[in-house]
Amino acid sequence: MNAAALTLSQMRYVNKAYWRNPASAFFAFVYPLMFLVIFTSLFRNSTVRFGAKSVNEATYYVPAMAALAVITVCFNNIAVAITFQRDAGVLKRINGTPLSSTSFFGARILHAVFLSVLLVIITAAFGHAFYSAHIPTGATLARMLVVLAVGAAAFCALGFAISSVIPNADASLPIVNAVILPLLFLSGIFIPLGNNPPEWMVWVGRVFPIKHFLNGMQASFLGAPFHWTDVLVIAAWGVAGLLFAIRFFRWEPRTG
Amino acid sequence: MKRLAEAPSPCPPPSSLPPPVSPAVIETLAVDVRGLVKSYSGAEIVRGIDLAIRHGEVFALLGPNGAGKTTTVEILEGYRTRDQGEVSVLGVDPGRQRAMLKSRIGIVLQSPGVDRYLTVRETIAMYATFYPHPRSVDEVIDLVGLEEKRSARVLKLSGGQQRRLDVAIALVGNPELLFLDEPTTGFDPSARHEAWEVIKNLASLGMTVLLTTHYMDEAQFLADRVAVIVAGRIVAEGPPATLGERNLANARIRYRPPSGATPPGGLFAPPGLDGFTEITPGDVVHALHQLTGWAIDHRVCLDELEVTRLSLEDIYLSLTATQSGDSSSQSAPTGTRNGGGA
Repeated sequence: MNAAALTLSQMRYVNKAYWRNPASAFFAFVYPLMFLVIFTSLFRNSTVRFGAKSVNEATYYVPAMAALAVITVCFNNIAVAITFQRDAGVLKRINGTPLSSTSFFGARILHAVFLSVLLVIITAAFGHAFYSAHIPTGATLARMLVVLAVGAAAFCALGFAISSVIPNADASLPIVNAVILPLLFLSGIFIPLGNNPPEWMVWVGRVFPIKHFLNGMQASFLGAPFHWTDVLVIAAWGVAGLLFAIRFFRWEPRTG
Repeated sequence: MKRLAEAPSPCPPPSSLPPPVSPAVIETLAVDVRGLVKSYSGAEIVRGIDLAIRHGEVFALLGPNGAGKTTTVEILEGYRTRDQGEVSVLGVDPGRQRAMLKSRIGIVLQSPGVDRYLTVRETIAMYATFYPHPRSVDEVIDLVGLEEKRSARVLKLSGGQQRRLDVAIALVGNPELLFLDEPTTGFDPSARHEAWEVIKNLASLGMTVLLTTHYMDEAQFLADRVAVIVAGRIVAEGPPATLGERNLANARIRYRPPSGATPPGGLFAPPGLDGFTEITPGDVVHALHQLTGWAIDHRVCLDELEVTRLSLEDIYLSLTATQSGDSSSQSAPTGTRNGGGA
């Protein structure tokens, strides 16, 4: 089998194993919808000032929860799954076979991107059905798909990167949450930042990729202006994460 | 041990020398290691190991935990770098040309590591896709005896079945050389014997096997040759039957001395703490004849008379005891003194 066919075949096995762990699949798919319902119920009938416009809360949360779903299934899931597989010896065994690391990483990334597309479709459909969210079409849809693909791949790369500094599987969830939760809040995923957030918060959003990813999703769903710089910043984080992972990735559990 | 003077014997001792190795054979060694050294944070774990394993041979590295078995094997597999020495595995240097080696070897690690949600067949089929010339998946399943678990998920397997799956995964790439790192550690006796049968099967297919173990009976049952490794050095090497010149060591005669009569000079020694007299005559046949003749003549019993030879475990313990503090805790389970399965 050539590398591309092997990557695809490997992705199918990753996918099979993924759906057979119902707990993990259930939470990945229910989590964003659950938050969407909670937030829209909490803030119902209010509006968010979004640039020059006012946006209904329910509508605001559709792209935000789509972004949350993608980040969860790419960054969190990969970091945790990789540390568990490393501790269980799965990675060490794979590393003893001729499977190339490109195919191994590629299969995982492809699978996470595939799940991301599913999750965004489900979130958008749910938002459209219950909260009359706008569904992007045409060029806007194409741009959204670019943001989605680049964002999902970048968050996967960052998931691999952080897995190399997580000491063991028990530490994976706490570390991942400690890293991601503050950034989710500071990037406006859970609570809109409004038009006048503190300066340092603006900088957090500028530096880290989450706000840029949210910008890209909002541009498609809320009709906000689209900036290619958002995509570039996300891509830069993805490349940095990939380089870090290539340099520091560990196939074996830490001993001693 | 007490020893009698050598008496002429009609039974010459068997030779301890291995069969001569021709230069042509040396060139085609499956594994050739010279002067291997490896340290971790200043401590030398492997301290100058030489190994020569022929194609088609089942070779066992026997030693207590922490002796350097796994480190040595993982250097050969390409997982670890070495500090010093020459290593050739199937003619390839695993340190520099690991990618070339990966498709030609099969590895069974100490701990199983398989995704738990795939079935047995899916798992083996997945690993088959990694290799250029895989074996048939169903053939491998039959070979390790997992026919009935073909469609079971990995998480439903018992420890012994999981180990067989490990072996199946290592086999499916059709390797020339198979590494088995402590294949039966932690198994109950029946699971161990099942695993042994599988490994015996592989050897009969002509595969070269390098296994590590701290069970004497395992090495004796499976291996053509054994190297005992203690504290990073090989302290003895040879076929299990002649290891440590076990075959040359004289047999022991043990009996409870009869009350009221003392056997003649060379046939008697003061009994030890267990009440047994133990002698190690130069010619056991001759001595036994004399001893039993004397007993019949004097109409006395020699209670619990037995003739024993050093077991592989005796040799192993004597080799490891002097050089390693923790060997006793790692010795074979009780009841295997004389190499149970052999």
